[in-house]
Amino acid sequence: MIEYWRSTIGKKQIVAITGAILIGYLILHMLGNLNSAFGPGGDQPRVDWYSHWLRDFGEPLLPHAFVLWAVRVLLLSALVVHITGIAQLVKRNREARPADFPARRIGRSIESIAMLGTGSLLLAFIVFHILQFTTLTIDITPLEHGDVYANLYYAFQKWYFVVIYLAALILVGMHLRHGAWSLLQTLGLDSPSRNAKLRHGATALVLVIVLGFASVPILFFTDVLDPPRTEAVVTALSGVFA
Amino acid sequence: MKFTLEIWRQFEDSEEGRFETFKVDGINPDASFLEMLDQLNERLSHEKKRTIAFDSDCREGICGACSLVIDGTPHGPQQVTSCQTYMRDFIDGQTIKVEPFRANTFPVIRDLAVDRGALDRVIQAGGYISTTTGPQPEPNSMPVSPEIQERAMDAAICIGCGACVAACPNGAAMLFTGAKVTHLNILPQGQPERESRVIGMVEQMDQEGFGGCTNYGECSRVCPQEISIDVIGMLNREYRKAKMSKKPKPDRAMTTQ
Repeated sequence: MIEYWRSTIGKKQIVAITGAILIGYLILHMLGNLNSAFGPGGDQPRVDWYSHWLRDFGEPLLPHAFVLWAVRVLLLSALVVHITGIAQLVKRNREARPADFPARRIGRSIESIAMLGTGSLLLAFIVFHILQFTTLTIDITPLEHGDVYANLYYAFQKWYFVVIYLAALILVGMHLRHGAWSLLQTLGLDSPSRNAKLRHGATALVLVIVLGFASVPILFFTDVLDPPRTEAVVTALSGVFA
Repeated sequence: MKFTLEIWRQFEDSEEGRFETFKVDGINPDASFLEMLDQLNERLSHEKKRTIAFDSDCREGICGACSLVIDGTPHGPQQVTSCQTYMRDFIDGQTIKVEPFRANTFPVIRDLAVDRGALDRVIQAGGYISTTTGPQPEPNSMPVSPEIQERAMDAAICIGCGACVAACPNGAAMLFTGAKVTHLNILPQGQPERESRVIGMVEQMDQEGFGGCTNYGECSRVCPQEISIDVIGMLNREYRKAKMSKKPKPDRAMTTQ
């Protein structure tokens, strides 16, 4: 494995696999988010119910929130490996060309050139996103633990949060438009006859991910979704503190 | 036709290079880019000045010796070798910038000539097949389907000019190595060294200091033989399979005796 990591192709393949893990998580995350589109509901908003299920998942076989933490650890390690690998590859690639003579752009896509930039900005966004909705450190709008629907509703009444999240989604779209296809090529999963289909398939997947995510802030901001019910908040809170 | 040429002058690799401006006049539109440089060199030699060093050999687009970067594009604007680039493709009176292939793995020998020995060493690390001398084998004992033959030949047309390395923002030699690996690994003659070949060539590529592939695709856009980046996918796949394989393999590809 260490030998594999040392070679440029091996390292890039490990970067591709960790990228695929992160894309897989994004799909699950997007599907989970869509639960908020069911609105505030009767007793409890569906997205709150879903978020409790995430913590209870695997019980009683496994301890409370075990699966959740296992996924978090997996994602963090994938991200660390992804970034370390890329940092080393970028350094190597820069050393392979005289710095004063960058290669002229003949046809490479904007997305592929911007990978490093979109990736770095996404890292900053992930930190911000966790501080806002996971640790609730950035609480400009009222945020309560376990009260997912209300937290989302109040946050996305603010135009600047909508702008930040939509901008981040443009970054995701750009990063994956190149990344989702590129990882298939890097892992050698393509073939001449399948290449065009894979490329379009990757673009379609990215479009689904981006639109799925974007629908949530837009639905809240345009008031398509109703404000949370106070009783629901009480119920949810009692659920947490019980 | 007349042109203003900005040509890279560098006496040796350790010396710092710079652009020198030359004016040429009376150029035949049907002269190749190299013939235009020949004309300039004749003049320089009459004037007892140092002529411009550049590589060329067959001058018919099949040897891969010529290696100019014309106006930022390896081999020039037509996606053919430098020797097959003709002056009629430029505008009369135009200023043309001529540089050597830019890659740290290709040290400048003089002016526009670079040392592409790194590619030869990648070939030495596995870009061949072992065969026995002696009686000819029965040809029908080794059938090759037309599809495989075509794919192998599409990769085998690589002339090893190194334009892919010069066009790559990462200075990677993946298109070159991918073409060689595709060519040899899909034919029956290449099977005995299938795994040691790809591992040996990739290791050598890393050792030479070539960069890695980020799937920009610029290599394929300048390749005079129009080799597709599909060969890079093949190289990645062969490397992965060879590394995962449990079959015993020699430490390295066989070395030349």
